[in-house]
Amino acid sequence: MADTELRVALAGNPNCGKTTLFNLITGQNGYVGNWPGVTVEKKQARLTSDKNVIVTDLPGIYSLSPYSPEERVSRDYLMSGEPDVVIQLLDATNLERNLYLALQVIECGLPVVVALNMADLVEKNGDKIDTAALSRRLGCPVVMVSALKNQGIDKLFAEVKKAASQKGKVAEHAFDSAIEGVLEKIEALLPASVPAEKRRYFAVKLFERDADAQKSINLTKDAATSVEALIAQCESDCDDDAESIITGERYAVIAHIMDECVKKAPVRMSTSEKIDRIVTNRILGLPIFILIMWAVYSIATSADAFGTAGTDWVNDNLFGEGFELFGMAFPSIPGAIEGWLVSIGASDLVQSLVLDGIVAGVGAVLGFIPQMFVLFVLLSFLEDCGYMARVAFVMDRVFRRFGLSGKSFIPMLVATGCGVPGVLATKTIENEKDRRMTVMTTTFIPCGAKLPIIALLMGALVGDAEASWISPLFYFLGVIAVIVSGIMLKKTRLFAGRPTPFVMELPSYHFPSIRSWALHVWERVSAYIKKAFTIIFASTVVVWFLTNFGVFEGGFGFLPAMEGIPEEFTDYSALAMFGSMIAPIFAPLGFDSWQATAMSITGLVAKENVVATASSLLHIADGTETDPNLWAAFAGMFPTVGAIAAFGAFNLLCAPCFAAMGTIRAQMNSAKWTAIAIGYECGFAWVVGLMINQFYLAATGVFSFWTIVAVACAAAMLFQLFRPMPRYAWTDEHDTAVAATA
Amino acid sequence: MKTMGEVAIGDSATIVKLHGDGALRRHLMDLGLIKGTQFRVVKVAPLGDPIQISVRGYELSIRKEEAAIVEVQ
Repeated sequence: MADTELRVALAGNPNCGKTTLFNLITGQNGYVGNWPGVTVEKKQARLTSDKNVIVTDLPGIYSLSPYSPEERVSRDYLMSGEPDVVIQLLDATNLERNLYLALQVIECGLPVVVALNMADLVEKNGDKIDTAALSRRLGCPVVMVSALKNQGIDKLFAEVKKAASQKGKVAEHAFDSAIEGVLEKIEALLPASVPAEKRRYFAVKLFERDADAQKSINLTKDAATSVEALIAQCESDCDDDAESIITGERYAVIAHIMDECVKKAPVRMSTSEKIDRIVTNRILGLPIFILIMWAVYSIATSADAFGTAGTDWVNDNLFGEGFELFGMAFPSIPGAIEGWLVSIGASDLVQSLVLDGIVAGVGAVLGFIPQMFVLFVLLSFLEDCGYMARVAFVMDRVFRRFGLSGKSFIPMLVATGCGVPGVLATKTIENEKDRRMTVMTTTFIPCGAKLPIIALLMGALVGDAEASWISPLFYFLGVIAVIVSGIMLKKTRLFAGRPTPFVMELPSYHFPSIRSWALHVWERVSAYIKKAFTIIFASTVVVWFLTNFGVFEGGFGFLPAMEGIPEEFTDYSALAMFGSMIAPIFAPLGFDSWQATAMSITGLVAKENVVATASSLLHIADGTETDPNLWAAFAGMFPTVGAIAAFGAFNLLCAPCFAAMGTIRAQMNSAKWTAIAIGYECGFAWVVGLMINQFYLAATGVFSFWTIVAVACAAAMLFQLFRPMPRYAWTDEHDTAVAATA
Repeated sequence: MKTMGEVAIGDSATIVKLHGDGALRRHLMDLGLIKGTQFRVVKVAPLGDPIQISVRGYELSIRKEEAAIVEVQ
């Protein structure tokens, strides 16, 4: 039935309600991946109301210029011949700028249906949009919709289906007559193979000296010379460059359209402006930001709040001792499963696998959900209502100092909950280099699953898991790691370039629709749940296998069932052997015991595992991060306090967990960049651990070969941090392109 | 030459020319910052940079460094 399938591309500016519309019409059950070769997200799904319609969500863009990967994938897709119809979504409250993209999309020569979103808000402001006139001027149907209130969608798709049966029209030639004359001559020079409806698009692009279009058209040498002569003549006539001429013409056309189709009410100060006067106020801006963040984290973590109460309830009851509800006693989940396993006569091996392996492992992850849920409800609200853009505005000055922009701050806030949605949140960063660097550094920020490790470390270091002054130190360590990495990486060839421009729209404040807000929260929480049931599930089985199987008295098998094996059977486990093999890597960091190594390995799988591994390897039954017995046993593995700190630094900074690594892989969309990111994280963590341990030893008068290595690493880092920006850093893509053509 | 970054907070100005080349210049033009466009500097961020301008009915945040390529009067 492929021939009856209808392919619809959804185009629009950022913040025009495109995601809300896409989720509404497709129910969000579709393919989410990347456009080939870039880290730009591609979403594709079938229409809920008609499975023959496939909607492809293009990235939110302002133009079809050849400069950003988002704009490039969009125009490549529009010109690929794949889409049958384009829905061009416009934010009616911001019509002038939104029309700029619409004109370019219409120029692509495909049937276009214009959807006017948020038209109800326009009318509330007292403005009037004449849709019939707009439709006439644009040469395509115009439908008023409200993605938020689910209005006008049926009519929109009725128009889409009607439009699909027609061929794309040649866009109206409405530029100044002098410019139109030049464009006409360029059109005439295009090869005959360019179809009628696409000739206008290519004529304009060639006029703009668009390198991509020049490549795909491949004019004869004579034609190219004539085109260049035409452009040069026009440029000198207008006393402006070609790109500016076209942009100016487009905005002139838009000014005419606005005059004809929109009646504006007198301008009043909008609610959004009033809010902004206070929220991003020069003096109050930062205190308000700190207050909001403090409130978010207090709600999500304070002991009285729902978040922790929920987490603890899940951990203590569902996965602990059972609970009482309405006077009835319920067993905990492990209790119930144990009872069931015993009743069906499962062997010890199966019981151990299910209870100690799967239930304990997955349970440890699921226990974090309530707290994470509360955090994401609050952060997603701040994002969807428009406040996060203001956070980027307020914080940009800080982040620019180390090569990032204010936008990198948002993923890092999300990463304090879980690195997986944190890495996913980087997709709002427009610049690819910034996005990659944020992906690489955002998981340095301690996530929820690292908190028990921090508590354990605090217990071992100062004997008080609640010591409130130490916990911020680890966040501080994370932030320092981000800053140091940002500065160092920016000076490498991988990230070199002009400072990324930070030109960002500040969308009007609005109360997000409950539906899209809920979807946003679900997207993040489900990323975490999915991790629990896939990667963590598989890995806990592997870890269980490694701890419970091993070689004892010459035989390999299930250790607990072996004849004469001591209580502390993990010493004979495969994990012990594996840990001992890898341990030398960590010797310079001061922790070469196989237990500490094994903890780090399970930590690489999932940070949730570390404390549980410690308790099982150190033979402290049911040891938790608040158990002084575990602190003592844990501290006993390390020769010095410096080694404990090095262990902590390594485990908190190295690649976060399999799930986050998988997300990094998906986000980077490249094996090379995934390897760079994970390699950098682990390498950086190792070096920091090395320096902590060796400098501690040196302070106590112990020197070795590794002292020299640590000093060398520190010197290299300081050099990279403080050397001036190297020269090659200033050659950006544009300059290289110029150099290549010269 | 007066640039966008030098316009006092609360003042309006008109764009005369965009200097420089490449992606940033094109991006600013795409956002509607072209010759003859009027804008108003709404405020500056608490740490002194970037600035917020109101142009073509919407709000834009731009660093002073980038605003320096926009010549205004």
